Amino acid sequence: MNPDVVIIGGGIQGCSTALHLALQGVETMVIEKNYCGRHASGVNAGGILRPGRYPVELPLSTAALKIWADAESLVDDNCGFRPIGRLKIAENDDEMQKLATRHALVHNLGYSHERLIDRAELRDLEPHIATHAVGGIHATGCGHADPFRTVSAFKHKALTLGVKFREGIRAEKISRNGSVWQVVTEDCVVEAPVVVNCAGAWGDRIARDMGETIPLSTIAPMLMITNRMPPIMRQRIGAVDRVLSIVQQPNGTVIIGGGYLGTADRDAETTSLDYSKLAFNARIACDMFPTLSDARIVRCWAGIEGAITDGLPVIGPSATEANAYHAFGFSAHGFHLGPVVGKILAQLITSGHCDIPIDAFRIDRFSADQG
Amino acid sequence: MFACRGRSSDNCVTIYIDDSAVIVPAAISVAGALLASGHNVFRRTPVTGSGRGAWCLMGSCFDCLVDIDGVKGCQACATTVREGMRISRPGPERCRTENVDPWGAGP
Amino acid sequence: MKESRELVIIGGGPAGMSAAISASNCGVDVLLLDQREAPGGQIYRRVESPAVADPTLLGNDYLQGLNLVTLFRESTVDYRPDTVVWEVSPGREVYVYGGPGPGVIEARRVILATGAVERSIPVPGWTLPGVMTAGGAQSLIKNDGLLPEVPLVLAGTGPLLLLLACQYLDMGVEIAAVLETTPRSNLKRAMAHLPGAIMSGGYLTKGAGMLSRLRRARVRHVRGVEALRAVGSDHLQQIEFHAGGREHRLGASLLLLHQGVVPDVNLASAVGCALEWDSGSLCFKPSVDQWGNSSVEGVAVVGDGAGIVGADSAKWFGEMAGLDAACQLGYIGANARDTLAQKSRNLYRRSLGIRPFLEALYRPPDAYRIPVDPDVVICRCEEVTAETVRAQIGRGARDPNAIKSRTRCGMGPCQGRYCGLTLSEIIATETGQKISEVGYFRLRPPVKPVPISAILELATGEMPVETALPDPTVKPLS
Repeated sequence: MNPDVVIIGGGIQGCSTALHLALQGVETMVIEKNYCGRHASGVNAGGILRPGRYPVELPLSTAALKIWADAESLVDDNCGFRPIGRLKIAENDDEMQKLATRHALVHNLGYSHERLIDRAELRDLEPHIATHAVGGIHATGCGHADPFRTVSAFKHKALTLGVKFREGIRAEKISRNGSVWQVVTEDCVVEAPVVVNCAGAWGDRIARDMGETIPLSTIAPMLMITNRMPPIMRQRIGAVDRVLSIVQQPNGTVIIGGGYLGTADRDAETTSLDYSKLAFNARIACDMFPTLSDARIVRCWAGIEGAITDGLPVIGPSATEANAYHAFGFSAHGFHLGPVVGKILAQLITSGHCDIPIDAFRIDRFSADQG
Repeated sequence: MFACRGRSSDNCVTIYIDDSAVIVPAAISVAGALLASGHNVFRRTPVTGSGRGAWCLMGSCFDCLVDIDGVKGCQACATTVREGMRISRPGPERCRTENVDPWGAGP
Repeated sequence: MKESRELVIIGGGPAGMSAAISASNCGVDVLLLDQREAPGGQIYRRVESPAVADPTLLGNDYLQGLNLVTLFRESTVDYRPDTVVWEVSPGREVYVYGGPGPGVIEARRVILATGAVERSIPVPGWTLPGVMTAGGAQSLIKNDGLLPEVPLVLAGTGPLLLLLACQYLDMGVEIAAVLETTPRSNLKRAMAHLPGAIMSGGYLTKGAGMLSRLRRARVRHVRGVEALRAVGSDHLQQIEFHAGGREHRLGASLLLLHQGVVPDVNLASAVGCALEWDSGSLCFKPSVDQWGNSSVEGVAVVGDGAGIVGADSAKWFGEMAGLDAACQLGYIGANARDTLAQKSRNLYRRSLGIRPFLEALYRPPDAYRIPVDPDVVICRCEEVTAETVRAQIGRGARDPNAIKSRTRCGMGPCQGRYCGLTLSEIIATETGQKISEVGYFRLRPPVKPVPISAILELATGEMPVETALPDPTVKPLS
């Protein structure tokens, strides 16, 4: 039985879109080449950040946060969401000055979720912070959730609402057959009037089948996780000019990341780690929190993620084909947007418009620049 | 529960287990020293606080973790005793967390 | 700070030592990394300096290991003890901590000889203090000269169970009972392989000798033990089981469990070696050719780590792999390699004759590999129970890695060594998939938890300034 909408990719974008379509009674099928959450959506650092890296994403992030805060209502699971703050820490006066400048800019643009804090307040917020830290920016209205748990929750809720999931099946080719799309897989051919490309790091290939090109590259952000440690950190911690993003989970393990890249082979679906970079990452983490020197690293990995040259995702309708939509290329910050991206895509598909402006994420935004 | 009988050497060393001085045979493993001193619980697990001791005794299972000379989480079976070594067995309050989170990070 | 070597061998047991000797004899520069402080691996642990006053009580199989260790010491192999290998990249960079050398060693060729681990015996109460592996108890004798001073119970199946029982008897240790879980049906199936067993020489006589030793000492020997449970509030206090048509209860404070050993595949898997399911020995093992070469260029796997073969077979296979490494590195030609390896190959082939018989005779029963009791702990490190695992399978998870992410099973420090097989077998049983389709954990480095200080040392050059995407804090917001 063929669905009304076929979605390619079972990460957070695909599962969220499927769920929101199903909430409106749309017959939906998700085709996933591994298992839902296998790649970037399931293995990232779980950061839920505001305002997002770019002002254009602010409306999206704000809406996403509302969903995260009440995930239980949507997917019968809170996804491990904790509304922890984010601290960007200055390790010297120069860095503090940079933060002050940035804070003024952000404040002048009308945002009030960030506060500049001094040494004393920093210590109140994080008693275990290194003694050389001079202050920072504290942001609220953000948080942390468990990536794999989140994707699984969205998937399961979608299942209960009738979405069909075909996992372990790769979509090999997409093409039009009259008024429907044909998705050819190794197992079968699925036909549906509407197709949605949520294929992550492989999204450009699906887009190509629709006659669209987008400058997507495969990146492999690396992470490490420690053994369980006593509570030493309450916020998600970042540095100013050095690569760092660390967070401690309720089970005591500390995730150490921040964006150092390994290498990925997206065809073999393997990644390769750069231990020198991981070592620098670990050093920055230990500089911030000296108690981390007692830690043991239990696991290191890298995800396979799609990044667009301007750092913004592709969200919205195909520019060349009717009844085709995209949500991919989230450039290492798709996790926290997933819950709302699915909602607006579903709105777009069923009603033709969406409440949140997504023009900045058009797939053809690079065409004007191309010769 | 375990004792040294018919060992090749009578040499002994003094070590400290939870701050108590104990005389044990020289050159045995910390795991052996703990067992020979009557301790078969080496640590408590983070999730349920259950006692754990020696399982594989070959450095593969990571059950026998104790603090040795201030270094946390050392494998007792893979460490040889030395004169004056201080061994402490971490109590349940270390690494127990209120919200036990069954989901894991990473692949 | 990097070191470059021609051949790096990981593991100081019979396979590793033997490969090292044969390669170095051909002129190869060999570095052998050993996590232990002296060569011998598990089987010949501390054979150079036995902890017991009378090592003959450990048997001749143990003592003759000293011959190989002596040859090893006399060779030109660079032996580096106290060194833990936590990662080998597909490009053959070997990452270590603990030892005297640098943190990274580049190798032209690598031979993994990391041996085996005990198969788990997931019965209720198997995590209680007072319950340990038979191999572990034997390590206490070899390494520490420690013997139980309480009546002990041995339970399970496999040659080590009887061997250890006899060793203990010879040392004057009281054995309360030997509880064999070997089903009677195993014997019938094993009979089909009897000719092969007889051809291997000596083994059957040894086994018969051990049985009669137990009989003469009037050790309580129960067969066909089912539903074994270790019971106690905080440590082992009692053992319960079903045999001979009724329930039994036995007070005990020390229980040694054993149901064979399985390859430790963690390092091989982390390097990227393809694994295959061996239905005879019910375990995953790396796919290797007749020289031990794996699916990864320049990486060979030998010894019990490539499939359970026992110490002597491991030694002969190691020798062949060392010769092949010498050939691949250009020190000897293929013909010379084949000629030099002929004797070992013949001995190796002949020694394998016993395996089908042993595998059939000591095949661990399904109930002891695939626990049904929901409260049984599957993952010791993270205390994940069978019920939790089955619940996730019920919610559609069919892959060990998906279950790992959902339950933390396999995320603890042992990196799945003591839960991976159980999990894969449970998934296969519950979903009806073939276990070869189910596969095994996707193993990540480090293969053993590494102190962060060891990672810190790997920073080389200037600190890279990089993020996954442009950092908006360094450009003006527009």
